[in-house]
Amino acid sequence: MTVTELLSYEDALASYDPVMGLEVHVELGTKTKMFCGCSTELGAEPNSQTCPVCLGMPGALPVVNAIGVESAIKIGLALNCEIAEWCRFARKNYFYPDMPKNFQTSQYDEPIAFNGFLDVQLEDGEIFRVEIERAHMEEDTGKSLHVGGATGRIHGASHSLLDYNRAGIPLIEIVTKPIEGAGERAPEVAKAYVAELREVIKALGVSEARMDKGQMRCDVNLSLRPNGTEKFGTRSETKNVNSLRSVERAARFEIQRHAAVLSSGGTIIQETRHFHEEDGSTTAGRIKDNAEDYRYFPEPDLVPVAPARDWVEELRATLPEMPRVRRNRLREEWGVSEHDMQSILNAGAVDSIVATVEAGADSAAARKWWMGELARNANEQGVSVDELPITPAQVARVAALVAEGSLNDKLARQVIEGVLAGEGTPDEVVEKRGLKVVSDEGALGAAVDEAIAGNAGIADKIRGGKIAAVGALVGAVMKTTRGQADAARVKELILERLGVSE
Amino acid sequence: MADTVIIKLTAAETAEKIASGELTAVEVTEAHLARIEATDEKVHAFLHVDREGALAQARAVDAKRERGEKLGPLAGVPLALKDIFTTVGIPTTVGSKMLEGWIPPYDATLTRRLKEADVVILGKTNMDEFAMGSSTENSAYGPTGNPWDLTRIPGGSGGGSAAALAAFQAPLAIGTDTGGSIRQPAAVTATVGVKPTYGSVSRYGMVAFSSSLDQGGPCARTVLDAALLHEVIAGHDPMDSTSIDAPVPPVVEAARNGSVAGMRVGVVKQFAGEGYQAGVVQRFNESVELLKELGAEIVELDCPSFDLAMAAYYLIAPSEASSNLARFDGLRYGLRVGDDGTLSAEDVTALTREAGFGDEVKRRIILGTYALSSGYYDAYYGSAQKVRTLISKDFEKSFEQVDVIVSPTTPTTAFPIGERTDDPLAMYLADLCTIPTNLAGNSAMSLPCGLAPEDGLPVGLQIIAPAMKDDRLYKVGAAVEAAFTARWGHPLLEEAPSL
Repeated sequence: MTVTELLSYEDALASYDPVMGLEVHVELGTKTKMFCGCSTELGAEPNSQTCPVCLGMPGALPVVNAIGVESAIKIGLALNCEIAEWCRFARKNYFYPDMPKNFQTSQYDEPIAFNGFLDVQLEDGEIFRVEIERAHMEEDTGKSLHVGGATGRIHGASHSLLDYNRAGIPLIEIVTKPIEGAGERAPEVAKAYVAELREVIKALGVSEARMDKGQMRCDVNLSLRPNGTEKFGTRSETKNVNSLRSVERAARFEIQRHAAVLSSGGTIIQETRHFHEEDGSTTAGRIKDNAEDYRYFPEPDLVPVAPARDWVEELRATLPEMPRVRRNRLREEWGVSEHDMQSILNAGAVDSIVATVEAGADSAAARKWWMGELARNANEQGVSVDELPITPAQVARVAALVAEGSLNDKLARQVIEGVLAGEGTPDEVVEKRGLKVVSDEGALGAAVDEAIAGNAGIADKIRGGKIAAVGALVGAVMKTTRGQADAARVKELILERLGVSE
Repeated sequence: MADTVIIKLTAAETAEKIASGELTAVEVTEAHLARIEATDEKVHAFLHVDREGALAQARAVDAKRERGEKLGPLAGVPLALKDIFTTVGIPTTVGSKMLEGWIPPYDATLTRRLKEADVVILGKTNMDEFAMGSSTENSAYGPTGNPWDLTRIPGGSGGGSAAALAAFQAPLAIGTDTGGSIRQPAAVTATVGVKPTYGSVSRYGMVAFSSSLDQGGPCARTVLDAALLHEVIAGHDPMDSTSIDAPVPPVVEAARNGSVAGMRVGVVKQFAGEGYQAGVVQRFNESVELLKELGAEIVELDCPSFDLAMAAYYLIAPSEASSNLARFDGLRYGLRVGDDGTLSAEDVTALTREAGFGDEVKRRIILGTYALSSGYYDAYYGSAQKVRTLISKDFEKSFEQVDVIVSPTTPTTAFPIGERTDDPLAMYLADLCTIPTNLAGNSAMSLPCGLAPEDGLPVGLQIIAPAMKDDRLYKVGAAVEAAFTARWGHPLLEEAPSL
């Protein structure tokens, strides 16, 4: 493989202005496929979730999934789009083994939603508006598994296996208008846009939008033009960039690659590019010279979709608070900095913290547990915090036990550890492990007296005004109670007995 | 009752005799199976005869009757099903090598409705490959002969269904009509064929040729029989998005009460002129005179867009076909050629399509692919859609002035097998009068109106009604049928040579 020439990022931006177009495919979380009643559940036996319709059997006909249309409209509304009063599906004709009918039922010049925008917030709080060209409905293809080749790619494979379980799963394709004026922040804008879009999709409840599961897939189209010029350069289309970090890296790599080609007098070929997670590079795919002809025409097997205006308004009224607005509200309510909010966001802990607060915890405590103990645990296991086997209600219970003094932080961590280990609810773990702060004043009093008696010298120092020495006595009490005492209360008792006050 | 008598009964009579116990469904089925056995070597109406399935269905009907259960209006009546509808466990070839040996895993909605109505499906009938043709010569399994003259075509694409009726192999049949494939075969065999309003008979499980034009419909020897079958197969189907969610027009009632008194009947200027056989024109003019005698008012209509119908049809239908037939790639079902372990999937698909499709199918795929190509789309597919709108408007305007329109069904009588196979344009002309109805989506019927004096072969009269006014076809058709039968002294088919 030849090494791709790259210009340094700074040099690239010194001469060129990047223009991007982002195409995101979202698999909807509908129970059934877009045009038939087959299940969309992931992970089933290959070809077990198929029927004459999604296998494209002779004679079979599609019927539109109403929930799919509703989801598309919700997405359109959330992206500030106009919703078509009347639109049609269209056939995109091309031969490929993973596409049973050898045409994809999609939309062409009559998308269900068009002309919108999404405001995205960059890390420093700046808002960048990404204009949306369109959001349209289509169906996913099946999957090919190429066997016998070295890389899993078709090249060198001896044969291929086809799984049509995914064929016909509803997709919404969201296409931006050319993103101009982002300059050196283009890669950051790309990442922030995809991240924001994912949050919007999740908030709408129309898809889990898990990029690692292929529920959300991104194509990054990028071109450069000399600074100060208007005309777009030739673009490359980097396909299937499937993590937020990769979106940023792919854009950055392509800026550097294009710049190297252009600055050495070369021309960019309009082509697709494969993205490589390992090193963040891209390599050439197919040439796209505009000659590719999908022979689109209106799908005659489906009647036009004409969403009633009342229905659209009804859906608009049910839209949840948009994630950016919500985040800013929560940031203010919680009184945290932009930076801390970004950390919470990056950890994917916003919803868990909100749910924990809703379950009765105060927000500081909720943040403390989710961003501390739990984030660390999730990180170790390589999962997101919301996948940990502990519920926000359970975290709220732990926080409540701490607040009422039944647990101290150290014990609380053990309780959480127990819940994560599957030992039961927080209360059950407390019970089973015997993790209760000693709050019996009698028992605690005895322990305090014992500590004072056993450390007369220190007690005298304290009486003499050296209050800082109290720590040693507290430590002694904690030792006899095996840590199950509320340190603050112990300190109070000791000072009381010794007749001093802070 | 003798087999020779049973096979000449109408469907209505047969059902009545089964219901009354005069005949058993098994007797009726056996009589027809015997007739097929005796004649089909010559006619070749069937691609597949399902003897066991038919007899099992007949036995079930007889058992039902014995248990005292109520039987449907066509219970136990045998039917010949065009080989374009999927049938569980029974091959469905669509007249193509591409699907040779394919056994569908599901029943078409129409198949299911027939079974639920206790109709006995005798087998699957021959057709032009993928319903593309007007003579059944494009079948990959050889042509069908016209029972009136076995050296002539039975029409197409549903030549097998029409020939089965004319040969008394079945009293009922199913056809599909994209540009005339029910009506033109009916015309040249002296049988009755109806293309219902688009969307009134489910297309689910009917292998698609041109989705926006295809429509299944009833074929029979009498207007009433066609109406009884129409009622069984029509009605809303949630599996077909283009299916109309409205009650089926009262076709049986209309067929039982034929009349044209006081009706306004249109004659379209454009359905005449060059290419129309003299005997066809003569019989058509006599039909118009008959309608007048029966009390109809004749109105001349001008529908200039109809002259463009053929051109528009041969852009729209092939365009849709090029896409509909893309799924035949040798990967999932049907024929697979060249899969020797060394070739790519792409090569296997190409070889399969090369071997599996006949010339006419390839011609239309190429034509349609071209018409949809970027740079040509607007000029071809786009313009054709505009013509289609104009045709609908001409129909709309016409139906403000008249209740039904009449025309010859097809410009000529049955031509000899082989005569037009090298001249596709001559072949396409057979559908000159039938195509406008498909483009507009309304309903039409063909029924016999006499024999052309010059060749003694059947001529068809076409009746066209507005969308969802299919009952008017039957009302007018029944009146014309009764008057002609009275004039001839017997049904026209009686004059066909015995096989």
